[in-house]
Amino acid sequence: MSSKIIGRPMDRVDGKLKVTGKAQYAAEYNPPGMAYAVIVQSTVPRGTVLRMQTSEAERAPGVLAVLTPRNTPKLPGADKFSAVPVLPRLTAMQDSEVLYNGQPIALVVADTFERATYAASRVRTTYVEKAASLKLEAGLERSEPALGNFGMPPPGHTRGDAAAALAAAPVRVEASYRTPTEHHNPMEPHASIAVWDDPEHLTLYDSNQGVFFMRQFLSLLFGLPPDNVRVISRYVGGGFGCKALPWPHQIMSIMAAKVVGRPVKLVLTRQQMFSLVGYRPQTLQKVELGASAQGKLTAIRHTGYSETSELDAFTEPFVNVSNMLYACPNVATSQRVVRLSASTPTFMRAPGEAPGTFAFESAMDELAHALKRDPLELRRLNHADKDPEHGKPWSSKSLLECYRWCAERFGWQRRSLQPRSMRDGDALIGWGMATATFPAFRMQASALARVMADGTAVVQCGAADLGTGAYTVFTQLAAETLGMSPEKVRMEMGDTVLPPGGLAGGSSTTATASPAIRSASNEVRRKLVQLAVADKESPLHGLAEKDIVVEDGRLSSSQDTARGETFAQLLTRQKLTHVEGKGDAAPDPAEQKFSSHAFGSHFVEVRVDEALGTVRVSRIVTAMGAGRILNPKTARSQIQGGVIFGLGMALTEETLRDPRLGRVMTADFAEYHVPVHADVPDIDVHFVEEHDPHVNPLGIKGIGEIGTTGIAAAVANAVFHATGKRVRELPITLDKLL
Amino acid sequence: MTDSKQPLSDGSAPAEASSPEAPEGTTRREFIATATVGSALLLEACRHAPPVEGPPPGTAPAELEVTFKVNGQLQTLKVDPRTSLLDALRERLGLTGTKKGCDHGQCGACTVLVDGRRELSCLSLAVMHQGAEVSTVEGLAQGDTLHPLQQAFIEQDALQCGYCTSGQLMSAVGLMSEPCGASDDDVREAMSGNLCRCSAYPNIIAAIQQVRRLPKL
Repeated sequence: MSSKIIGRPMDRVDGKLKVTGKAQYAAEYNPPGMAYAVIVQSTVPRGTVLRMQTSEAERAPGVLAVLTPRNTPKLPGADKFSAVPVLPRLTAMQDSEVLYNGQPIALVVADTFERATYAASRVRTTYVEKAASLKLEAGLERSEPALGNFGMPPPGHTRGDAAAALAAAPVRVEASYRTPTEHHNPMEPHASIAVWDDPEHLTLYDSNQGVFFMRQFLSLLFGLPPDNVRVISRYVGGGFGCKALPWPHQIMSIMAAKVVGRPVKLVLTRQQMFSLVGYRPQTLQKVELGASAQGKLTAIRHTGYSETSELDAFTEPFVNVSNMLYACPNVATSQRVVRLSASTPTFMRAPGEAPGTFAFESAMDELAHALKRDPLELRRLNHADKDPEHGKPWSSKSLLECYRWCAERFGWQRRSLQPRSMRDGDALIGWGMATATFPAFRMQASALARVMADGTAVVQCGAADLGTGAYTVFTQLAAETLGMSPEKVRMEMGDTVLPPGGLAGGSSTTATASPAIRSASNEVRRKLVQLAVADKESPLHGLAEKDIVVEDGRLSSSQDTARGETFAQLLTRQKLTHVEGKGDAAPDPAEQKFSSHAFGSHFVEVRVDEALGTVRVSRIVTAMGAGRILNPKTARSQIQGGVIFGLGMALTEETLRDPRLGRVMTADFAEYHVPVHADVPDIDVHFVEEHDPHVNPLGIKGIGEIGTTGIAAAVANAVFHATGKRVRELPITLDKLL
Repeated sequence: MTDSKQPLSDGSAPAEASSPEAPEGTTRREFIATATVGSALLLEACRHAPPVEGPPPGTAPAELEVTFKVNGQLQTLKVDPRTSLLDALRERLGLTGTKKGCDHGQCGACTVLVDGRRELSCLSLAVMHQGAEVSTVEGLAQGDTLHPLQQAFIEQDALQCGYCTSGQLMSAVGLMSEPCGASDDDVREAMSGNLCRCSAYPNIIAAIQQVRRLPKL
């Protein structure tokens, strides 16, 4: 494929809509007669609702309904939850059991937001309390083997004999690491507006990462044919994983709309986003490494626990990176989960890989220190030339080039080996690095492309753009394939009336939808050429199809480009409103012959004020080998954003629950600290040019999550280099350095 | 709360001027401090605002009338006295460009200009703005011509999901007339009340600095 438009750093096509405030998010639709719903949450961690006093709320001005476990309609498909592995169990006031603090127990609907909020505060609940399980460490004895999430294989792997190899290893390190509960906190709160168009037809304006997935869930739950449910999610104010699966609020807004006979808007408060939707579960991890005296890995053992709820056995699959990141003959990894009286965790940007690389890449740094070797050299020495877990060749891998580029850019050769050996005035300086990795895969998708008689094109695919730049790269891809200027192409996404796109998860959106969009666009282009050469009135009449050049919305002869006509001229003369093409794409079994991962590296400088214990990240150099980059501008933003997401994980982010009540104590931005402008230095991001002929037809690997892997370890390793203190528990707050 | 009559310097003020303690600063710390008095404000407004129609003594009025300008246009609304300026803009006037990210003054997504100064519209009640001039993101462009900051945000890719963007933009517009030092670090400090979870932070700073370096008209 020639690349006149693909690969160009084009400005975001939705940029103008977003800087003018015109991009419409889920909560910003206004169907006539819309009412407002507010969720009431449990205030005990475990028990049964004994009595709810709702009369004061019901009498409050403007109140239309108060739903509680007593009067909430039963969901026709609620019993199908456990039968379908991709659907999590949710609580939506179907019974009186309280399984965590903050569980939705009532819903107040009123004619205005203020009135609904006030009335919700007047609901009084008494409970029969039961013993709650609130602490991960206290539940280790009753832990269960981790299952795979939604049909994926369970995390864990065995090859060789790790126990024997560890016993025999001349050099060993063993350490335990801990990562806290973390919340995604997209800037846009979760929001739904439910509209029953008639008793059998539902429209949901919703903020989610996949409209078709949401439709599948809702149609099952409400006993409706899928075609009777329309889900619209055109602009999503960030997701990071917490908008992938359904949560109670979608169900509750739909039930409320049915009960009051009006459209109902339900927007979670920021505080509610800490208990009504998912989070990254806390992990306890143990890593043991054995190596030869020269530093060759001989054994890896990585085990641990993550928390989940009593509702669902979600696992944070953190050991998977240890299976494949370096060459090592003896590996044993496994995981267990502990059920707590907590809400259900979910996928959060690089689920598994983010906490897994923190533990494993910290352990590699500890091994380098034990060997008195440079941490980068240790990684080069143990580079995996093929996938050590499955024995397959990599579809492509540029990790060594990432290391080389970062080391040179960063000036790594000037690093002194000893911790506490670099200073700048009062500040201790530390340089650390870590490897980043994330698997590449794709799902099924369909697309439709249409060139209109006015010379514009509409391309449709029901995928999601969470801010990733998908609208932009798909526009570029379609424009180039159609032979049009991108300004003439309108991309439509995020609506179930469009052809099905995948779920924005697993960094797969671009790899999933691109082949379908290309195939649909190719069909249109072919049809246009065929129309022209067959049309006696066309200047191209009689030419061979292969002799037609399509560029900038115009067909012309490759021998004489002056001879030709525009799409608009052709379609107008043919009296056609449009020419249409369809494309479908699905993973090709041939791709399974290879292992496909993106790889990269982060090099980080920290400045530590030892008197105060404060850590400032002053420099980050990141390189990625991530297949074909469709738009270096939006791609750079993706990686940079992922890195900063990882900085929050490294230094500031931690969800804490009250040890007696199980309620989240850090449920707002004053207590849960995401990075702010002043925390973030300039970040040097580089993409290694990588042509991958095997991963998928377009050589795309996905870049949404890899930026967040490895970064917490790189910061922790830099902090060790600066201070000589090994912090094995995130976040690296000042109390851990004093 | 800060004094809106504070004279503005020429922009060459020392870096301290934009520190969190400075009166013009709109840092997260100040936002948080302000958030804690939110409920007190609400009570105050209910106590002092004149009722439109005489409700029985001791009960809060159902609605109060308020008139203010939004992007130059005079707007008169009857609102529930508990309505925040943010909800009045979004739910009553259909100006959904201004975003609700936390409703507690901790994220900056709802930043608007009130009489030329940046203000968190979620932390102030609509009825407190009688006679005020409110500017929102919808008023930045002149027809099809984008404000230089809007243009710079697009060029520098200073947005991803777009949900914090209106607040970042309005904060940046406000910053232009505040005593903020010239360095990137000064701007970072002065913009730290505006969170961006996609973390377009370096690009936002680049966009703001690009405009600040343009020759003054």
